[in-house]
Amino acid sequence: MQALYAQLLVGLINGSFYALLSLGLAVIFGMLNIINFAHGALYMMGAFVAYFLLNNDYLSIGYWPALIIAPIVVGIFGMILERTMLQWLTGLDHLYGLLLTFGMALIIQGVFQNYFGSSGLPYAIPDQLRGGMNLGFMFLPIYRGWVVIFSLVVCLATWFLIEKTRLGAYLRAATENPTLVRAFGINVPRMITLTYGLGVGLAALAGVLSAPINQVRPLMGADLIIVVFAVVVIGGMGSIMGSIITGFALGVIEGLTKYFYPEASNTVVFVLMVLVLLVKPTGLTGRAA
Amino acid sequence: MPETAIAEAPATRGGSTGGTILEVRNLEAWYGESHILHGINFDVRAGEVVTLLGRNGAGKTTTLKSVMGIIGKRTGSVKFNNQDIIRTSSDKIARMGIAFCPEERGIFASLDVRENLLLPPTVRAGGLSLDQIFELFPNLKERLGSQGTKLSGGEQQMLAIARILRTGASFLMLDEPTEGLAPVIIQQIGHTIARLKKEGFTILLVEQNFRFASTVADRYYVVEHGKIIDGFSNSELAANMDKLHTYLGV
Repeated sequence: MQALYAQLLVGLINGSFYALLSLGLAVIFGMLNIINFAHGALYMMGAFVAYFLLNNDYLSIGYWPALIIAPIVVGIFGMILERTMLQWLTGLDHLYGLLLTFGMALIIQGVFQNYFGSSGLPYAIPDQLRGGMNLGFMFLPIYRGWVVIFSLVVCLATWFLIEKTRLGAYLRAATENPTLVRAFGINVPRMITLTYGLGVGLAALAGVLSAPINQVRPLMGADLIIVVFAVVVIGGMGSIMGSIITGFALGVIEGLTKYFYPEASNTVVFVLMVLVLLVKPTGLTGRAA
Repeated sequence: MPETAIAEAPATRGGSTGGTILEVRNLEAWYGESHILHGINFDVRAGEVVTLLGRNGAGKTTTLKSVMGIIGKRTGSVKFNNQDIIRTSSDKIARMGIAFCPEERGIFASLDVRENLLLPPTVRAGGLSLDQIFELFPNLKERLGSQGTKLSGGEQQMLAIARILRTGASFLMLDEPTEGLAPVIIQQIGHTIARLKKEGFTILLVEQNFRFASTVADRYYVVEHGKIIDGFSNSELAANMDKLHTYLGV
């Protein structure tokens, strides 16, 4: 039974990363209509920024400030990418955005691999989150519990921002009809840039959270991004709550599969994706175009 | 309809009474390779309701969109309060005090009625308050929590007009506000436009329903093949009826 709970916890941890990453992808797809294949590379950059902040000759900036600084730094990098490259794809077929962001991902990963190789760099768990708690039925490492709870809070805060605030109403309206929203006096191009920065910042935040668990590796995002895309497809492209729920749910399903039938744990998400696409091509919570 | 709510409006908003607020000269516009407007010329004076009449595809909507800055390629001169806005982006044009209500109404499906109503930001003081809007359009108050696109066609048109009245814009461009609406709703829209004119708004209206337009307009321009081919005031309407029937094919 201990093993089942352990796998459930691993599933929840993976679900946290899936949810944060697929949420960013959903925000970007909803607003920019771009399938952001660079998302995994930007997740990796978040982890590397946290690593650089801690391991340099001048400052030793630890985990807590990195949780804020890394998403901002990578978010600004993302906004530069959007301004200089992605904005020119407005109105073109999805394929162009997919190819461009895929190319960007290869370049970013290649640069990091060139300097840091493929092996992982260690990043220590902060002192406050070391150790674990005995819950009676299982042992819970505190850092992993923190990742699950913090991710959930960030996901819900993002959902609230988009679904329940004035700014979110601008974003949703601009997703439907950017020309009209701009004719109302709202600077839509700037809003698109900031939205891309937000989506990328969420990926970088996931990267920082992941660093103490998975180490910091140039290809850490490449391993994850295909599963995350499957999560987004299952949840429904562009659906915010769909991405959050599906992210956590698929993490748990993957964890349970590891316990009950380990051979299928790497494929269960893709099997589910095929089934969902057959039954509901717009995803579980997606709307038809 | 009671007329007490919009009490503190100036005689004319956003310009001296009778002064030219919009001056369009040699306006040309393109959709991709298609040349739609071929040198449009007209003026709108502060406090007026000016109507662009014409058949389907004549270029009326494109004229409004060109003034609003949402047509990619356009040349010529569009001056709003003596400021040339031909190269100004649509968000900046909106912030100068021009509001646009599109033909398709542009109600957002992902927003409820309240969110649709509050979406356009206030660009200057003097916009209508929600209470004033609900006095003009009582139906909207009862439907605030409904999804925008779940409203009837008439209610959607009311919502589309209402949301630009909040912004404080003094110059309203309404594109076919009566299209597809029941006669009783058309009458209500007519009352509203007359009321707004009385309150000092300047209105540029695009209409195919010239019987409706004649109840609210001060002047008319007839658009055909992307050009203004005629213009006359409301007092000259009767004398121009035969010509108008020919222009509009009615």
